Amino acid sequence: MSILFLIIPLAFLLAGGAIAAFIYAVRQGQFDDLDTPAHRVVVDDDG
Amino acid sequence: MSADTRTSTPSPQCADVACSHCGLAVPTGLVEHGASEQFCCAGCRTAYAVIHSCGLDRYYALREKLEDREDRAPAQSTRARYAEFDDPAFAELYCRPAEPGAAPGHGLWSCELFLQCVHCAACVWLVERLPRVCDGVVESRLDLRRGMVRVVWDAERVNLSRIARALDSLGYPPHPARDANDRDLRRREDRRQLVRVGVAGACAGNVMLLGLALYAGLFDVMESAYAALFRWASMGISVVSLAWPGSVFFRSAWAALRTRTMHLDVPIALALGAGGVWGVVNTLRGAGEIYFDSLSVLVFLLLVGRFIQHRQQRRSADSVEMLFSLTPTSALLVDEDPDGGPGYTREVSIQSLCAGQMVEVRAGASVPVDGVVVAGLSQVDQSLLTGESRAVTVETGDRVAAGTVNLASTIRVRVEATGAQTRIGRLMALVQDSLGRRAPIVRLADRIAGWFLAGMLGLAALTLGLWLALDPANPSLAVDHAVALLVVTCPCALGLATPLALTVSIGRAARRGILIKGGGVLQALASPGTMVLDKTGTLTVGRMRVVRTRLDRETRAAVCAIELHSTHPIARAIVEAFASADADEAADVAHTLGGGMEGTVRGRRLVIGSPTFIASRIGGLSDSDARAVADLTSAALTPVLVAEDGRIIGSIGLGDPLRQDSSGAVADLRSRGWNPVLLSGDHETVVAAAATDLGLPRASARGGATPEDKVGAVRDLSSSGATVVMVGDGVNDAAALAAATVGIAVHGGAEASLAAADVYLARPGLSPVLELCEGARRTMRTIRICLAASLCYNVAAASLCVAGLISPLIAAVVMPASSLTVLALCVRSGAFRSGRSS
Repeated sequence: MSILFLIIPLAFLLAGGAIAAFIYAVRQGQFDDLDTPAHRVVVDDDG
Repeated sequence: MSADTRTSTPSPQCADVACSHCGLAVPTGLVEHGASEQFCCAGCRTAYAVIHSCGLDRYYALREKLEDREDRAPAQSTRARYAEFDDPAFAELYCRPAEPGAAPGHGLWSCELFLQCVHCAACVWLVERLPRVCDGVVESRLDLRRGMVRVVWDAERVNLSRIARALDSLGYPPHPARDANDRDLRRREDRRQLVRVGVAGACAGNVMLLGLALYAGLFDVMESAYAALFRWASMGISVVSLAWPGSVFFRSAWAALRTRTMHLDVPIALALGAGGVWGVVNTLRGAGEIYFDSLSVLVFLLLVGRFIQHRQQRRSADSVEMLFSLTPTSALLVDEDPDGGPGYTREVSIQSLCAGQMVEVRAGASVPVDGVVVAGLSQVDQSLLTGESRAVTVETGDRVAAGTVNLASTIRVRVEATGAQTRIGRLMALVQDSLGRRAPIVRLADRIAGWFLAGMLGLAALTLGLWLALDPANPSLAVDHAVALLVVTCPCALGLATPLALTVSIGRAARRGILIKGGGVLQALASPGTMVLDKTGTLTVGRMRVVRTRLDRETRAAVCAIELHSTHPIARAIVEAFASADADEAADVAHTLGGGMEGTVRGRRLVIGSPTFIASRIGGLSDSDARAVADLTSAALTPVLVAEDGRIIGSIGLGDPLRQDSSGAVADLRSRGWNPVLLSGDHETVVAAAATDLGLPRASARGGATPEDKVGAVRDLSSSGATVVMVGDGVNDAAALAAATVGIAVHGGAEASLAAADVYLARPGLSPVLELCEGARRTMRTIRICLAASLCYNVAAASLCVAGLISPLIAAVVMPASSLTVLALCVRSGAFRSGRSS
């Protein structure tokens, strides 16, 4: 069970990475418009 | 929303031929026999030509698949030149470099524009193919919900006005969206909020997992080393959650304490702070209870509630701003010819005009500046500014004000004042002033917060004292129980209830054409007070209509045929009232401005016009005719006489009649305890007549009110602290809308009133006002039920805590349970549901 002492900090690192990725995506404007991409994917041909 | 901006579809129609662009029926007169393409209007013809020549015909196939047939509308090209879009001042405000090193006229630039009439996925496709329509455009991205496009272009190859003309020719007239700085600020704020919610969610989820392990350890044996690891790990995550996303609560509580006001964030911050600090102490000393899982879930849920509310309000505000941006921003400047010739006109932005210059105002356009008429004779509609529905004749030497609409023919105006110096500019300053002075609506939750805080602190002190007395040897146990009480009674459900209930209502209201800018509005409207109603445009249609007629059927058709030749509001009202299928043709039609018209129909020579004009044409009115005119005038109607062969054969009375539903709505308001008051800039007689029709006592109707009078009246009414709701449409109402507790701008209102109001009604008439009041009442009822439920929960939880019976596990189950109850209650609320509200 002492593996927990390694796994929990590792899990923290992973979670930290995910949060960093999320913040990066928000700053890139990925969440600014959540409606139009759904339409765009229907009509995109040469995009 | 886009329904407002569409003009009426052409009539009469032929159902067999569909327009090649918009798919609507083509009017019989425009059908070209033998042509493979048919168009219902010039706008559609242009749009089709552009789309076809750029090889974008796929648009029509997409549209066939994706568009709702109800949404079909002809292309709304305005054919404006958009010259003002190239103005350096415009670029300063709305455009931004899209790459480092871009300078004016060089490099890549970007701009966000509101587009009218975008409505389906095919529009997205077409707008995003803009680089193929307009050379030099690098990228074009459309946000369909907001109707906003971001274009990036190469400044060396194309300028913004050409891009704007290209969009216009496709049938999407563009409008500058908003000050670019302001927009960047808002976007940053939106993103910050999203990051906070995301981080709080991640923290809450992880702490809950660790908490689960700890709770499992309660029933089984867990080695103390692992328990300590889990406690330290929860502490680490929770400190992040409290210090980063949770810091908003501490900051807001601190701000409230500093200004000595009460805010719901104060008890929330107290719970978070006490729980957090004591949790850290207990983790460090390795004994006692920790509530980290409950605290991080609390932060997450509260932030989610606030995020949803913020988004909904932003959505309503965006819709209103879309309307706001439709204001014309250009004027026709006359370059004077030194030799006294007519000179040339060119389009410039209104901001660049200065006193002494001359502008041309065409019929149907609004006057861009305050000034003096130097050439031309016309009539202007000042209703936006004064609330008076009758048009005023202006000739050389008369003053015209910005914001008024030129009705009859082209005039030239010498500029005296522009922008903030105009009468309308000063009114807008008054609006800003009133908005700044307005006392904020105290939210119910904040009012409760003070009592809540006192209760929490009192009970915590009681618990502490009780347990110190019971077990003096163990002071940390007493602190444990006191902190548990603070955490468990934290007004989480209370904090969620208000934003959620308001958000659900604002969202549903928006779908019913009622755009609410802020949550406080619903609370203010829930209990009745004084409702000040503007007359023109609010209770009435805001347009001239034929109210009384004394003419035989044949003459009506003849009058209609003559009046067809004019665009004057009176003529249009007459045509609307008298139009019949077998229209006659009028010949030799002559206009006399400010007087009337004459023409020959089927051999009859008719003269139609004002009593003075007719009197001058036939040499005086007989006594009975003068009496008829006096009758009409005393009924607050504008008289129009019809003469043939030197004698009067009939009369028409025009007025701006009350809407059909107005009296019913006013009666309904009174039965609900509101006190309706009529306040109008129109003539006393007209206002008094309207009050009688509405069944209002003479004392609660006032006419001849200037915009300044209206503000004064609203301030007087609200000085006693009572709720004053102002309902109006014009610029003349704007300052009063801002001064009232709640300002409601009605359908078709002026931009200024939209800026000042808290609510915009996208449907005409007073019935949305009734719906709004009813919805507000139901919303507040939902909130009260939620508050009662969460208070019951808090009382129960607090008694457990005082008795020392609570544990982190019970808290972790009970706290979210109370929040979920509130959530369910809000979603089930009947506010603004179709069929349930009147």
